[in-house]
Amino acid sequence: MTTQHATVERDDHYNFAYLDESTKRMLRRALLKAVAIPGYQVPFGSREMPLPYGWGTGGIQVTASIIGRGDVLKVIDQGSDDTTNAINIRRFFGRVTGVATTESTPAATIVQTRHRIPETPLAAGQIMVFQVPIPEPLRWLEPSETETRTMHALAEYGGMHVKLYEDIAQHGHIATTYDYPVIVNDRYMMRPSPIPKFDNPKLDGSPALMLFGAGREKRVYAVPPYTRVKSLDFEDHPFRVETWTECCDLCGSRESYLDEIILDDAGTRRYVCSDTEYCNDRQAQQRAGGIPDEAAA
Amino acid sequence: MYVAVKGGERAILNSYRMLDDYRRGDRGVPELGLDQIREQMPLAVSRVMAEGSLYDPQLAALALKQAAGDVIEAVFLLRAYRTTLSRYGYTQPIDTGRMRLQRRISSTFKDIPGGQILGPTYDYTQRLLDFSLLAQREADALPAGEEALDSAMSRVTDLLAQDDLIDAEPVPEGDPEPFDLTRQPLDFPASRAARLQNLARADEGFLLSMGYSTQRGYGNTHPFAAEIRYGALEVEMHIEELGFAVTVGEIEVTECQMVSQFAGSAEEGPKFTRGYGLTFGYGERKSMSMALVDRALKAGDLGERADSPANDHEFVLYHSDNVEASGFVQHLKLPHYVDFQANLELLRRMRAERGEPEAAQNELMDEAVSP
Amino acid sequence: MNAQPLLSVRNMTRTWDGVHGCRNVSFDLYPGEVLCVVGESGSGKSTLLSAVSYQTRPDAGSVWYDTRDQGFTDLAALPGARLRLLSRTDWGFVRQNARDGLRMQVSAGANIAERLMAVGDRHYGELRRVAGNWLQKMEIDAGRLDDRPVSFSGGMQQRLQIARNLVTHPRLVFMDEPTASLDVSVQARLLDLLRQLVTDLGLAAIVVTHDLAVARLLAHRTLVMRGGEVVESGLTDQILDDPQHPYTQLLVSSILQS
Repeated sequence: MTTQHATVERDDHYNFAYLDESTKRMLRRALLKAVAIPGYQVPFGSREMPLPYGWGTGGIQVTASIIGRGDVLKVIDQGSDDTTNAINIRRFFGRVTGVATTESTPAATIVQTRHRIPETPLAAGQIMVFQVPIPEPLRWLEPSETETRTMHALAEYGGMHVKLYEDIAQHGHIATTYDYPVIVNDRYMMRPSPIPKFDNPKLDGSPALMLFGAGREKRVYAVPPYTRVKSLDFEDHPFRVETWTECCDLCGSRESYLDEIILDDAGTRRYVCSDTEYCNDRQAQQRAGGIPDEAAA
Repeated sequence: MYVAVKGGERAILNSYRMLDDYRRGDRGVPELGLDQIREQMPLAVSRVMAEGSLYDPQLAALALKQAAGDVIEAVFLLRAYRTTLSRYGYTQPIDTGRMRLQRRISSTFKDIPGGQILGPTYDYTQRLLDFSLLAQREADALPAGEEALDSAMSRVTDLLAQDDLIDAEPVPEGDPEPFDLTRQPLDFPASRAARLQNLARADEGFLLSMGYSTQRGYGNTHPFAAEIRYGALEVEMHIEELGFAVTVGEIEVTECQMVSQFAGSAEEGPKFTRGYGLTFGYGERKSMSMALVDRALKAGDLGERADSPANDHEFVLYHSDNVEASGFVQHLKLPHYVDFQANLELLRRMRAERGEPEAAQNELMDEAVSP
Repeated sequence: MNAQPLLSVRNMTRTWDGVHGCRNVSFDLYPGEVLCVVGESGSGKSTLLSAVSYQTRPDAGSVWYDTRDQGFTDLAALPGARLRLLSRTDWGFVRQNARDGLRMQVSAGANIAERLMAVGDRHYGELRRVAGNWLQKMEIDAGRLDDRPVSFSGGMQQRLQIARNLVTHPRLVFMDEPTASLDVSVQARLLDLLRQLVTDLGLAAIVVTHDLAVARLLAHRTLVMRGGEVVESGLTDQILDDPQHPYTQLLVSSILQS
C-alpha cells in the first residue's frame, strides 16, 4: 500500500538536498570507507544543519549525500511515520529535494529512522539510514576519544564484557535493553543506535545496506548487506529479545514490538504495534478478510 | 478499544503560528527593526557573530529577532546559514597591530607607548539601574577628542618579545595550510590552530567558567592581561586575476593577550607564556576567558601539572560548542518511548522474579474493586 | 636455574627532565626469580620500573624480553599493539595504591575476570568459578565475589589487585611499593602470601620498595639505588648481611637501629 504524501513545494534557493556538492562528495567518501570497514567509525566534517544537533543531523546528512531525484523516501521515529520529528525531517527533504515520500517500507528506496527498524523485512537495494546520538560503544567505560580509538584498533573489548558480567552478577540479567552492542563482521564492536534489542536480529545478514550517522559526534559507520552482526552475550547467558504476554490491541499481532499506552488515571493499559505502517497493513488485510483478528477473539 | 492518535503535522504547523505570535508579542507595541537591534544591542550582535562564526551584523540582528532574543538559538540560525554559503577564498591574516583603536589597555605596565585608552566600557560604571533609560531620550553626539590617537600602537607582547621575555610563536616550517574546524572533524592531539578555532566559536558562559576555575586553583596560571584591544580592521584578499590584494571590508574585533608564569627548558631560559583570545565585534569577557583557557590547554605541553578540567583537551574542546550542547540536551524532549518501554519490560520482569510487592499491590487493587 | 634470562636490561637511562630518573642500569632477571629495587624516595626506582615495563620509553639503552612466540626480543622493536597485549597477558603490574589498579565500580569477580574476558573467555559460570578460586587463593571469602572493592579493607583491595593481575598466569610481575600503603600488621600477611604465590606459580618479579624488610622476605637478588644510579647489587642475603657500599651500610644499619 503506497501512500504518497502531499508533496512539499521544492525550494530552489537551496542546492538539491541542501548540502553543496563538495560536502556531499566528502560524505560519500566517508561512507565508502565505512562500507569497506564494517562497523568502523569514520570521522567526517559534519555541518550545522537547520535541525539541531541531537535531533538527527547525522542521519539527515547521510540521506542528503546519497539521495537522488528518483529515490522514494520514508522517515520514521519510534516506528511511526506520524511522530513530530519524522514529519519535520520528511518536510525538510520535501523542501530541499522535491523527492517522492512514502509510508510504505517496500516502496521506499531510502528509509531514515530513529530508534526502530521496520517490522516489514527489507530487500536488496534498499538503504536504511539510522540516526545515532552516541556512536562509541566504549564511551561509558572510557570518556577519552584517544583511548577508545586505540581500544578499537587493538580489538580491546574486554571492558564491555565486564559490564555484561556485572549486570548478570547484580541483576541476573544483562541490563542493556536498547542500543545493545554488537560485533560486526567478527571484528568491530558497534552501537546499532537506540533501537530496542528486539530489532538487533534484523541487522544480521540483512540484504539491505545499513548506514549510521552521528552529526554532533561527527562519525559515520556502516553494515554492508549480508554482513554478520552478533549481539554480545555469554555462552550460558545467550542474547534474548523482548516478549509480551499481550498482543496488539488494533491488529492482534504477536510478533511485533509493542508500545504501551496508558488510557486513564486508574492506569488502564493497552498495547499497540510501534510500527504504525505494519499495524495499518494488518488491519487493512483483516478488513479485506485476509488474516483473522486475534484481538477480537 | 484504543484509537491511535494522528495529526502530528497539523500540530507542527499550529506551533509555527503560535511561535510567530509569541515572538511578536503585544501588537500595540511597535515591531522591532533590525536596525534597532544592530545599532542598540551591539554586544548581543557581537556575541552572535562570534559564536556563529560569521561576520555580518545585519544577519546577526535578523537571527536575534527571529530567535526572540535567545542568543544561543540566534547563533544556531547563523551557523546553519553559514553551511549554505560558498567559500570564495581566504583573506590575508589580519594584523591587529594596525587596528583603528577604540579601546586599548594593559594591566602589566602603568603606561605604554600610545597610552591607556579606556574607550566605551562598562568597567568603571556603577551598576545602578539608570531609570532615565525608561524614557526615550536623545543622546548628544560625542565631542571630538582633544588629541588624535596614535595611528599605530605597538602591542605590549611585541615589546616583551623584543627583549626575548616572552615565548615566541614561530610559524610552523613550510607555513602549511592551517586545520579548518568548519570543514574537518576535531582529532586528538589537537593542534593549536584547531584549539583556537574551537575556542573562538565556543560558548562564552562555558569559557568564562573554565577560565574562572583556573583562577581558583583548578590549574594555576597566574595570568596578567598584557593587552586588550578593541577596534576596526580592514580585511584584505589577494585576487589572482589582479595580482594584488584588495580590501574586501572592515570588521571589528576584540583581542586579548594574557601572559602567565614563565616556563623554561634546558635549551632556552625561562620566559613568559601566552594565552590568546580573539572575537568578532566587541567581546572582552569572551576574549579574556578564551585567553585563559588557551593557556590552560598548553599546560601539558609545557610540562606543568595538567589534571584540572580546564587542562583536559577533550573535556574542554568537546563541550565548548553551545549549538552541539543545546541540541543534545534538548533532544531529550523527543519521544523516547520505545527505549523506555524496553526498560520498563526488563524492570517488571526483574521485579517479578524477585516476587516484588507490585504483585501484592495488584491484589490490593483487585480487592478494592470487588466488594 | 635457566640459562636464558626472562628479562635483560642493558645500560638503560630514563629521565623525565634531563636530570632526575635512573641512569645506566643493567641487570638480568631469570624465570621464577624475584628482584628487589631498594632506595629512598627520589632514588629513581619508580622511574626504573616504569621504563623497564615500557610504560615510558627509555632515553638510552635497551630492554629485552623472552616472548612466548618470538623469542628473545628488544622491546623497542615491538609495535604498540604487541606491547599492550604483552602487558595484559604475560605481565602484571601491581600499583602501590590498589584503587589505581582496580575498577572500583564493579564487583571483585568482574575485576578478576576482566583479563580472561579480554582474551575471549565467554562462559559466565566458568568465569565466576575461576574468579571465586582466585579469591580463595588470596585468602578472601569467596562469598564476597559480587561485592565492590569499596567495601574491602586496604589489605583486601591489594590482594584483589594482585589476583586481577595473576589470572592470566603472567610470567613476570612488576610491583611498585605493594605494601607501602598498608598497616604494618597487614603488610606481613601480604608479604607471606606473595612469597607463597611466587613459589607456587613460578613467577618472576621486580619489586620496588623503600623497605629493606620487603627485600629480605621476598627477593633472591637486590639492587640498591641512590641518586638515579645502582650503587650495589647482588644476592639479597649478602647485601643485607655484608653491605659493601657506604650508602647500603647506612641503610642496613638504620634498620638494625629501629
